[in-house]
Amino acid sequence: MVTEKLAGKFLSSHDFRGDETIVVKGESLLEVMRRLKEDPELDFNVLMDLTAVDYLAFKEHSGPRFEVVYHLYSTPKNQRVRVKVLVEEKCAEVPSLTGLWPAANWYEREVWDMFGIRFTGHPDLKRILMYDEFVGHPLRKDYPVNKRQPLIGPKN
Amino acid sequence: MSEETSNPTGGFFTSKIEEMLGWARKYSIFQYPFVTACCGMEYMSTACAHYDMDRFGAGLPRFSPRQSDVLMVVGTISHKMAPVLKEIYDQMTEPKWVVAFGVCTCTGGFYDNYATVMGIDTIIPVDVYIPGCPPRPENVLDGLIKLQEKIQKQKQLV
Repeated sequence: MVTEKLAGKFLSSHDFRGDETIVVKGESLLEVMRRLKEDPELDFNVLMDLTAVDYLAFKEHSGPRFEVVYHLYSTPKNQRVRVKVLVEEKCAEVPSLTGLWPAANWYEREVWDMFGIRFTGHPDLKRILMYDEFVGHPLRKDYPVNKRQPLIGPKN
Repeated sequence: MSEETSNPTGGFFTSKIEEMLGWARKYSIFQYPFVTACCGMEYMSTACAHYDMDRFGAGLPRFSPRQSDVLMVVGTISHKMAPVLKEIYDQMTEPKWVVAFGVCTCTGGFYDNYATVMGIDTIIPVDVYIPGCPPRPENVLDGLIKLQEKIQKQKQLV
C-alpha cells in the first residue's frame, strides 16, 4: 500500500508479514512524511517511535554512518510502516517532524542527545537525558566506553 | 565545693547519658527515603505491614531532609542525580547516618557506563551497605539492626 502510493519517492523498500519499511533520503523526508500523515488512504496519525542507529562498527554496512528510524501507526487503518532516513556523518542533519507530530519533539531531543544528529526546524533542540555539562554523545559507537564525566566526586 | 564541680568531666555520668542517647536514637529513626529505582518496591514492602519497619522504631519516613536522621539511598544514582543527593545529605542535621540500599548504591551494581555513579560512597559517607538486587526485606531489616547497633555503640554528639 505505502510503496504503491509513494512510488519513486524512496530509495528502497521491503516488507515483513505486511509491515512495510521504506528508506528515504533526507531531502525527501518531509514530503514523504506529510503524504503518509495527510493522505486519507494512508492516514498514519501516530508517531510510535523515533530513534537512530550508528553503523560505525558494522563491517558489512555500506553507505552513510547513521540512520534515523521512524515507526508510524495508523489507528483508522490498523497499519504500521517504518521509515528510515540515511544520514551522513559530515552533515548529520535531518528535518524536524515536530510540525507534523508534536510527539516528535522529545524523541528528536533524545536522538540529538544520544547520537548528535541535528533536527533542523526543531523549536528547542537541547539535551533531554544528559546534563548540560556533558561533552559528546554517549550512544555514538566512537564514544569511549570507559569515559566518565561526573559532575561531582572522583572519576571512576 | 562539691565533688561534681571539682571534677566537671564526670566520666561515669557522661557515659550513662551516651548510652541513653544511643538507645533513644536507635529506636527513633526518621528516615529520608531517597528512592530512585526498582529497589523502592522492596523498600515499600519492608516499610509496610507485612515486614513492618515500625517494629524497629523506623516507622516514620520524613520527606524533608531537615526532619530526618537516616538517609536511605534506594536505587541507582546517576551522575546527573549525584549533586542532588549530595545537597540532600548536606541539608540533614547531625547526627545523621546513610544507608546504601541495593547493590547499585553500594558499588554501581551491574552498571558500568557513562551515566551511573559507581557507589554512593564516592560522594557521601555510608554507614551500612545492604547489597542485593534488590535486597530481600529480611536483608533490609538485618541492615537496619546493624545500623541500630552502630548508633548505640558510637560516640554520641550531645
